[in-house]
Amino acid sequence: MRGSVLEQELLSAPSDALKTTPLDALHREQGARMVPFAGWSMPVQYKAGIIAEHLHCRARAGLFDVSHMGQISLRGQGADRELEALVPADIARLPRGRQRYTQFLNQAGGIIDDLMVSRLAGRLFLVVNAANATRDLDHLRIFLPPQIEVIAHPERALLALQGPRAGSVLARFVPATSAMRFMDVIEDRIMGEDAVISRSGYTGEDGFEISLPAGIAEKFARALLECPEVALVGLGARDTLRLEAGLCLHGQDIGPKINPIAAGLGWSIPRRRRMMGDFTGADAVRAALRDGVSHKRVGIRPEGRAVARAHTAIVDQNGDVLGEVCSGGFSPTLNAPIAMGYVRFDRVGVGSQIFLQVRGQNLPAQIVDLPFVAQQYRKED
Amino acid sequence: MGQLLFTRDHEWVRLEGGVATVGITHHAAEALGDLVFVELPDLGRPVMAGETVAVVESVKAASDVYAPLSGTVIEVNQALADDPALGNRDPGGEGWFYKLALETDPDLSGLLDIHEYRALLEE
Repeated sequence: MRGSVLEQELLSAPSDALKTTPLDALHREQGARMVPFAGWSMPVQYKAGIIAEHLHCRARAGLFDVSHMGQISLRGQGADRELEALVPADIARLPRGRQRYTQFLNQAGGIIDDLMVSRLAGRLFLVVNAANATRDLDHLRIFLPPQIEVIAHPERALLALQGPRAGSVLARFVPATSAMRFMDVIEDRIMGEDAVISRSGYTGEDGFEISLPAGIAEKFARALLECPEVALVGLGARDTLRLEAGLCLHGQDIGPKINPIAAGLGWSIPRRRRMMGDFTGADAVRAALRDGVSHKRVGIRPEGRAVARAHTAIVDQNGDVLGEVCSGGFSPTLNAPIAMGYVRFDRVGVGSQIFLQVRGQNLPAQIVDLPFVAQQYRKED
Repeated sequence: MGQLLFTRDHEWVRLEGGVATVGITHHAAEALGDLVFVELPDLGRPVMAGETVAVVESVKAASDVYAPLSGTVIEVNQALADDPALGNRDPGGEGWFYKLALETDPDLSGLLDIHEYRALLEE
């Protein structure tokens, strides 16, 4: 047998050029299978395996090491207004202690990266994708005026605690977190050190992302793992969890050639920003809103059990191409394959039957609403 | 139990009275992770050694399963198709894939014995 994973396992020698996170020793001790990811050595799964880790996160609380993600502070008078020139979200009116999802856009409206922006005391705090972190720092330093200080935080780790029990677990360590709602952010102390905690994540579950100094990350992770509800979850299950939640992965579902309207991210661009059009890529975004887009991101449920992976062609009953799968995998919650793809929205819509070209066969599938699994964010008290 | 041989592509082959039972090795099952889909060949299909005859998908990726020898498919493991996780729980036993009726005097020269296969894994 031959396939990408096996080839990678057998042929790739461990590379010493990979960066390691502060939890590297813990991962190895816990039986993680480490893989190269965006220049980092990261755990794709632990002994339990992707499906068990996924289901644990949906049922209890999963602990993820996401220290590979880029953490950036912006300091200086007017940083919020200046950042608004690069992203289409409302940053100027973002209250302290709140977080927003947004994108860095290029002139064509394409998504250079997607990110989270929080307003903390005296600074904005950004979390960006690992694969784009260097590019994003360059982008900020080039396009923000010199009085705005752009500070990378390689000295900090990032943990995500996600799942229905995340709230009760974290409240034992940081009581103030129990009052937080979805997309709230607080600065507090963990083990005597400064921590930034947001109630958000990438799984569709209630949960938190916790930025803390690298030096205490392993100690705090071990303390969380002492709680019976908590188990480690690797990047493999992180991907299946986010796909079930209908969340985009940059470089796969969104990228420099896809605008936020086609990607179904128009909700993240408020009216004021659309009206003013005062951000990079605004002309393209407004044109997409005015004229519509040829292809849109949709959810896909294949009828059988075969998995349609990224780049699988989507066709109609006559074999005419309607689009392409961007993310495809197996949903442990639904025990069935799921996918997202871009399809010609003039030809098909939610409920339409389509066909996926997998290994020379046209497999029937249906276009469905996203997400596949209902999001469980804590929006009310 | 017959003769147990292996391929360089991490399949095992058990030869018994002109019939080869084929599966994937424990190493392959481990490397793939949780199996979620197995596509087995049609009964009666003639196959050539080296041809793709089955597909196995884990959460992470799809892999082709090759015919270790030439022959005709005479049995497939429906239990595996119904419950692909069987291929993780017992890859060398209950998780077998399919059986081939072999030609007379099959050419076994491309296959490895257990010692050669272990040496391959250690490379």
